[in-house]
Amino acid sequence: MTDTFTPESTINAVVTLPPTVTASGDETADGAESPPREVVFDLNGVEVYYSGFRAVTDVNLDVTRNEISAFIGPSGCGKTTVLRALNRMHDLTPGAVVKGKISYHGEDLYGAKVDPAEVRRRIGMVFQKPNPFPKSIFDNIAYGPRLNGTRKRSALDDIVERSLTRAALWSEVKDKLKSSALGLSGGQQQRLCIARALAVEPDVLLMDEPCSALDPIATARIEDLMEELKQDLTIVIVTHNMQQAARVSDRTAFYTAEADDQGKRVGKLVEYDVTERMFTNPSDPRTEGYITGRFG
Amino acid sequence: MATATAPPASLPPSPEPSMLRPRAGTGRRRFKSGLATFFIVLTFVIALVPLVLVVAYIVSKGADVISKDFLTDDIAFSTRSTEGGIGPAIVGTIVITLGATLMAVPLGVLGGIYLNEYGGASKFASLVRFLSEILTGVPSIVMGLFIYTVWVLPRKGEGLTGFAGSLALACLMLPVIIRTSEEMLKLVPRELREGSLALGSRKSRTIRTVVLPHAAPGIVSGALLAVARAAGETAPLLFTIGAATSANWNLFKGPNNALSLQIYGNATSPFEPAVARAFGAALTLIVIVFIATALARIVTVIYTRRTSGAS
Repeated sequence: MTDTFTPESTINAVVTLPPTVTASGDETADGAESPPREVVFDLNGVEVYYSGFRAVTDVNLDVTRNEISAFIGPSGCGKTTVLRALNRMHDLTPGAVVKGKISYHGEDLYGAKVDPAEVRRRIGMVFQKPNPFPKSIFDNIAYGPRLNGTRKRSALDDIVERSLTRAALWSEVKDKLKSSALGLSGGQQQRLCIARALAVEPDVLLMDEPCSALDPIATARIEDLMEELKQDLTIVIVTHNMQQAARVSDRTAFYTAEADDQGKRVGKLVEYDVTERMFTNPSDPRTEGYITGRFG
Repeated sequence: MATATAPPASLPPSPEPSMLRPRAGTGRRRFKSGLATFFIVLTFVIALVPLVLVVAYIVSKGADVISKDFLTDDIAFSTRSTEGGIGPAIVGTIVITLGATLMAVPLGVLGGIYLNEYGGASKFASLVRFLSEILTGVPSIVMGLFIYTVWVLPRKGEGLTGFAGSLALACLMLPVIIRTSEEMLKLVPRELREGSLALGSRKSRTIRTVVLPHAAPGIVSGALLAVARAAGETAPLLFTIGAATSANWNLFKGPNNALSLQIYGNATSPFEPAVARAFGAALTLIVIVFIATALARIVTVIYTRRTSGAS
């Protein structure tokens, strides 16, 4: 197990937060300016191309530490594309190119000396469809730690129990760690995937519509879980469900797809703000239109 | 339904019970369905007939010949002989096929991994894919001829060995294994690969620990087909392994023999004992292939069970 990640160069960018903000202790007594928060991701003019086709353009936003940022927007607006740029998953898609600058704790994520495997170890991901490996529950969780060289059985036992507990799954599976992960229900499988991601002690968790295949009860459990997890890490979630974004997130980014000058549809970031303000008083009419259900 | 209370007048009438009865034309639909089912079963039975007949015929003709002596005795110098067994041919078939498998399977699976995981749509990968497709269609005797010219002839009298036969069979198996491996790897869901890579796993490790276990049963099936086919091949062995009459376990030295060659040699002879020997050899070959297939299946089940953690 490698040590938990400490950013070599931490940028304390000053983010001006409105008085209505979220996390307690953030606001000053007079409700004017809140203290600076640590920026985890700083996206500057990010564009993603798939084999020459521009999928999303002009994304500028900061993701701050110990917060949940939600990406919402209609289908094809590029929200998942931006999410996958944050842990370099696009490296695996032939023809996909990320332009612009993405800084992670001040370091260029796409810099020449950056190792994508190392990036993904620190920036975990949970996918839309639960994707447990066709292995036992134990081996699923132990997969990441084993990558990092943890071989000792007792150490693995500890990590498996801790990760499953953090993902609120331990009590349900503690007696059947040896049985196949494929025998779990959809909601359990998704929590297993979260536990699997947590087992490598990530700094960030990216979640790509993690609840879209789950029923409301399983969804509520995952949302509760996210609320707890943000004490230790930073979460970015893509969701189709606006209520979910309103419920769980601290900040919301609204994307939409619009035709460019050549008539091709391209995804764009419309607005990024504190969730409460996005849902009560958005500054862009397109955001308001989407949130009130007039389009999308 | 008749006992149900009448709905208030304002509501539309509830559906008539007759709505649940078959619609008009259902009789015809059922007839068509029955007819289709009949023909599907019929074609299956027809397809089964030659298979069953071949096995039954060989068992009935060959079972009497088989004895401990037949399976272990040396091969008679002449097909006219009433004596002699097929021991050396069994040994030869086993070592030659094993040799070919050891060469072709690792190479073929690695080739399939290259094509699907690394080569992709690159020019070189396309070329390899195209060539292996062509090689799949090359007649087996051409493979024998190829090995004969490049391996057997340059070695003068020493060239005819079991290993030369293994080389010819390996050439035959290789393209089949490359293609089936690639196809099976293609079927591994993208989500599984991404799940592994998202944990910081490297590509090689992802292939080893997630992709290959998932594709293993299919790859083994493909390899087995190739091995079974190679074990029964005659043409590539005709002028590569010579004709030993006593058992030769050494793949690299001295001529060897094979069951397929014994079947060929004895069946074309007009003498009764020879024809019987051919059937005995054929039955032995079928049994050997069957045992090899069963063993490989068991190994695959154990392997996937171990890696998938299912008990």
